[in-house]
Amino acid sequence: MSNIKERKAMVETVAQKMGKSVFNENVAPKVTTPRMEYQKESSKVVSLQDAIRLSGLKDGMTISFHHHFRGGDKVVNMVVDELAKMGFKNLHVAASSLQDVHKPLIEHIKNGVITKISTSGLRGELANEISKGLMDEPVVFRSHGGRGSAIATGELHIDVAFLGAPSSDPLGNACGYSRSENAKSICGSLGYALPDAQYADKVVIITDDLVAYPNTPNSISERNVDFVVVVDSVGDSSKIASGAIRDTKNPRDILLAQLAAKVIINSGYFKDGFSIQTGSGGASLAAVKFIKDEMIKQNIKASFALGGITSHMVQLHQEGLIERLIDVQSFDKVAAESIKTDPMHKEVSANEYASADECGSATHYLDMVILSALEVDVNFNVNVLVGSDGIIRGAIGGHPDTAADSALSIIVCPLLRGRIPCVVDEVTTLITPGSSIDVVVTEYGIAVNPRRPEIAQRLKEAGLKIVDIKELKEKADKMIGKAAPLPFKDKVVGVVMNRDGSVLDVIKNIG
Amino acid sequence: MQRLRRTMMFVPGNNPAMMQDAFLYGPDSIMLDLEDSVTMAEKDAARLLVHNALKTIDYGNTEMVVRINPLNTPYGKKDIEAVVKAGVDVIRMPKTETADEVREVEAEIEKVEKELGCLGRTQIMAAIESTLGVVNAYEIAIASKRMMGIALGAEDYCANLKTQRSPEGNELLLARQTIVVAARAAGIDALDTVYSNLNDMETFRKEVELIKQLGFDGKSIINPRQIEIVNEVFAPKQKDIEKATAIIAAIKEAEKRGSGVIAVNGKMVDRPVVIRAQRTINLAIASGILKEEDIL
Repeated sequence: MSNIKERKAMVETVAQKMGKSVFNENVAPKVTTPRMEYQKESSKVVSLQDAIRLSGLKDGMTISFHHHFRGGDKVVNMVVDELAKMGFKNLHVAASSLQDVHKPLIEHIKNGVITKISTSGLRGELANEISKGLMDEPVVFRSHGGRGSAIATGELHIDVAFLGAPSSDPLGNACGYSRSENAKSICGSLGYALPDAQYADKVVIITDDLVAYPNTPNSISERNVDFVVVVDSVGDSSKIASGAIRDTKNPRDILLAQLAAKVIINSGYFKDGFSIQTGSGGASLAAVKFIKDEMIKQNIKASFALGGITSHMVQLHQEGLIERLIDVQSFDKVAAESIKTDPMHKEVSANEYASADECGSATHYLDMVILSALEVDVNFNVNVLVGSDGIIRGAIGGHPDTAADSALSIIVCPLLRGRIPCVVDEVTTLITPGSSIDVVVTEYGIAVNPRRPEIAQRLKEAGLKIVDIKELKEKADKMIGKAAPLPFKDKVVGVVMNRDGSVLDVIKNIG
Repeated sequence: MQRLRRTMMFVPGNNPAMMQDAFLYGPDSIMLDLEDSVTMAEKDAARLLVHNALKTIDYGNTEMVVRINPLNTPYGKKDIEAVVKAGVDVIRMPKTETADEVREVEAEIEKVEKELGCLGRTQIMAAIESTLGVVNAYEIAIASKRMMGIALGAEDYCANLKTQRSPEGNELLLARQTIVVAARAAGIDALDTVYSNLNDMETFRKEVELIKQLGFDGKSIINPRQIEIVNEVFAPKQKDIEKATAIIAAIKEAEKRGSGVIAVNGKMVDRPVVIRAQRTINLAIASGILKEEDIL
């Protein structure tokens, strides 16, 4: 015979030997509160100030943000204002990107709250000031894939991530959209926030729509979330995602799009099951339309479209022309709504999207990508970050990642933007090395990297006008003359990291 | 190869960006405008700009046309001088009503050409934009050996007619047919009027189909987006291309044999058929359906 009472002494002996305590039913008594009530008592739901205090954030630490709210973002300014109020100094802001709307950071840099920035892009007043030498420490620029890798390897260690989310339940299951009646905003994929959620020491979800548990299917899991802060608004919804991006009527964009589409169609990669990524610029989107017509004509279907997903890609998917959508960032409301409802429209993290060191990242399985450029030089190097005036005005984004990993990378840019040439002797800043660029499409002709003679041959056979990239540069010079050299000074204001963690270039301050 | 004039694209003479980019879209002719799209205050500046554009921009094989101000304005003569000196291909006269007006323009052109030592280089086309002009269409078409075409300007014509344009274009039928007949009788080209609603490409396409059927060589256009539609409508059908290719091959064959008689499938081929075949081939090459080397 053996019963619990009899074995009690033995249990105590064994527990002692194992260094464990003996079960006590009074330690965690059964909770009988109705669960709709109970979940509201979640200890994770706190004020922003408490989340900051409880996170253990200290001066000199690294905080992170995502940029899925684009120009409508309120999270960065809200959190940094609070940190300033609480007296924090010397912080490192590691954002996936920063925009015009983050102009208030200038003051926080001046008063020492922020002393370091890592980002993919900078624009507007903040970018102007930094270009002129506002910060002592150079801004570290990484591509989206590069940032994902740096976070995963620990090179970019995040102490506290502040991640805005259009919905979260009290436990921190968060999404880039909301299924509740109170939904205020929608951004679709939270791909750039996922590395932060996974690897940051502490994760704070900031939401303006606290929904009932379980907020599934979820992007960010409660397992990665320490605190949930509810605020009135995470962003201006009209600037986060407006309807479908409108089609361009600019004849030059349409011409560039037609040429880009012809390059794709005749590249040798336009086959059943191909994969493609395009940007959200006018020419890229217009190219999708021409490619679509040809897909129907030749009865070709794509296996997936990658990247920033737009309404145009969603439409092709819904019409059965693209099997799957792999989405790290939803570019418009249509794409954001689609990710919410369509299981074949998959959200991926920046790492799954474009990490150089993860063989499974989607860019490695990408046939073709259409990319833009501020400048391309005669060695096919591309700059998408620093304007021809030496002022930072862009974002690296996934440019170097997709260019390097895809089977065929196509740059589409006009030869001239007003009086500014886009094909130059040497790029102002090196962002994507020419070795990963295959074709440059301009309205004055198409240049093919000499490393890809077979592509040049195929395009020539299709009747396209192939020119030497040096001819394009000379044409630009002839039309508008040579530009005076930029008045750069000697302070390094930015460092461009290659996606493998090596240093690619530096940006100097400009007077 | 005879020049095709499927599309003649209007570009305001005071818009440097458009003047620079215009040829990239592949219009057959570009018409830089000094007349209606330029305000009085900008006439001089535009003339200077157009002069320099013609001299410095590489327009490739595109035919360059300039629409001048009428000679009865203070600008007309200066326009002629500036653009002839810059080497324009064609001067387009606006609102032409009589053959005398053509002869006056011709005299002005000659004056400048003599000075330059390039007599006879500049061609003339006349836009007919009034009822009187339509009535005089043939006289206008034969007024000068420099005449390369006549075109309909429908807006002023409709006002003159006391009506307005309709999508079907019944009000323009007589003018259009008169102009085509006059042009054909004079052995020059006929060009149709502009269609301004860029948001209605369907009606535009129907209008292009109509004017092609009427016999026009092409259409004046106001935006690069209209080019593709015109070219599509004017592109010859595969069946016609095959026929034309056979005829051209037969001509070559006959030439080889030193024979003047051309026969295809045992049937004699008349001269008008040969001319039509040549035009079909030209259109097929311009439309990218045939390559020049295919018919050599």
